[in-house]
Amino acid sequence: MSVKLKALLKSPWVFHLSTGSCNNCDIEILDCLTPRFDVERFGMVLVGSIKHADVLLCTGSVNRKCIPKIKELYEQAPKPILVVAVGECSMSRGMFIDSYNCPVPLDKIIPIDVYIPGCPPKPEAIIAGVAKVIEKIKNSKLQK
Amino acid sequence: MAMVLYFIFFGFILTAILGLLVSWLERKVTARLQYRVGPPLFQPFTDIVKLLGKELLIPRGVSKNTFLLAPIIGIVGAMVVSTLLFVVNMYPDKTFFGDLIVVLYFLVLPSLGVILGGFASNNPLASIGASREMKLVLAYELPFILAVLAVVIKSGLAIKFGDIIAYQSQNGMFIASWSGVISFIVILLCAQAKLGLVPFDVAEAETELAAGALIEYSGPALAIFKLTKAMLFFVLPFLMTILFFGGFSAAHLLKSLFGFIGIIVLIVVVKNTNPRLRIDQALRFFWGPVTVLAILAVILAIKGL
Ligand code: SF4
Repeated sequence: MSVKLKALLKSPWVFHLSTGSCNNCDIEILDCLTPRFDVERFGMVLVGSIKHADVLLCTGSVNRKCIPKIKELYEQAPKPILVVAVGECSMSRGMFIDSYNCPVPLDKIIPIDVYIPGCPPKPEAIIAGVAKVIEKIKNSKLQK
Repeated sequence: MAMVLYFIFFGFILTAILGLLVSWLERKVTARLQYRVGPPLFQPFTDIVKLLGKELLIPRGVSKNTFLLAPIIGIVGAMVVSTLLFVVNMYPDKTFFGDLIVVLYFLVLPSLGVILGGFASNNPLASIGASREMKLVLAYELPFILAVLAVVIKSGLAIKFGDIIAYQSQNGMFIASWSGVISFIVILLCAQAKLGLVPFDVAEAETELAAGALIEYSGPALAIFKLTKAMLFFVLPFLMTILFFGGFSAAHLLKSLFGFIGIIVLIVVVKNTNPRLRIDQALRFFWGPVTVLAILAVILAIKGL
């Protein structure tokens, strides 16, 4: 594995994007930063600008107004970027599946690397999901 | 040739390593104060390596040269200051007239880099961050220079680091005198603002300006900014050690080391126990009480206390 990739996996900086969630997923994400779970142990920090981020963390059922913004953010992110979908909403639109305002699920708009199910997922589940995406990248790059 | 080697080895490599270690200490102590475990030892190094490997994005409509030159200006300033301090500390007779003033000038360059980069980014949040940084520089520069003046007066009007170090090795440290204590407090507060740490982190205000002046920077350019900040985190306590503890000379190495670590711990504790000030409050704070303190230190120094 190259040094670049190793460093990326050891210090993923996370940009948190809410595409119209009920805010519960967002609170669970913030829970991961609290003393009980403390993801800074793994070098993860929340950053305020997408240009600093390595992970784009999306929550919420994608509503119409958000779609152009999501595309814009994905294009602005410095590559390589990983996209993580947190919560039932961002995977399948959850209970909003019949809503007039949620035309397509998130993975029809941008490519997603890992899905974390739950409504909302527990902080343990979020951390496990991120650990899985790290594993996945390690394996896929090692095989090449 | 020797100067170039000094510049690269002491100014860049050693300062970067020590600075990153100090910034790890800062993150770890912060985490421990919040009952967290905190990042592992090599985390700041990993961050820098990772940022160097990322894509460098240049926003549409910016002046490319200014945008890319701004981080370089900042890091060169930190490197020059650090080289000078290292050389002066190792060979006090290598000092030249006015090197203190050179250091004061070059210490502004990192802030200048942030200001230039922020204004060049073509982003409203970055512009606000840069203008706040500019006001902050105007605010802390006055008491900072006054406090340094107090030290200069105490050492018999020597504007040379060599003389300041020599004076302290003969007559005891400045920190043990009244004017020394007061100007130490003033410089500590100014260092907090220079580092952009919490009571005075208005320029990078994460909760309101996202990342402030650095919002448009990514990849290697951001890495240089982060590295500059880490280097300053080592350089400023080093400067204070020279001014108030007489540098790391063989005579009182232990005391100076103790002072150096004490300064860093003080900075971190102040960072963790204070809320952020608004920019107008910060300006009033520096031009009001802190400047008065600095003037008091100068008067005490003239009286010889
Ligand atoms: S998945 Fe559940 S908790 Fe999360 S945003 Fe949707 S409705 Fe809210």
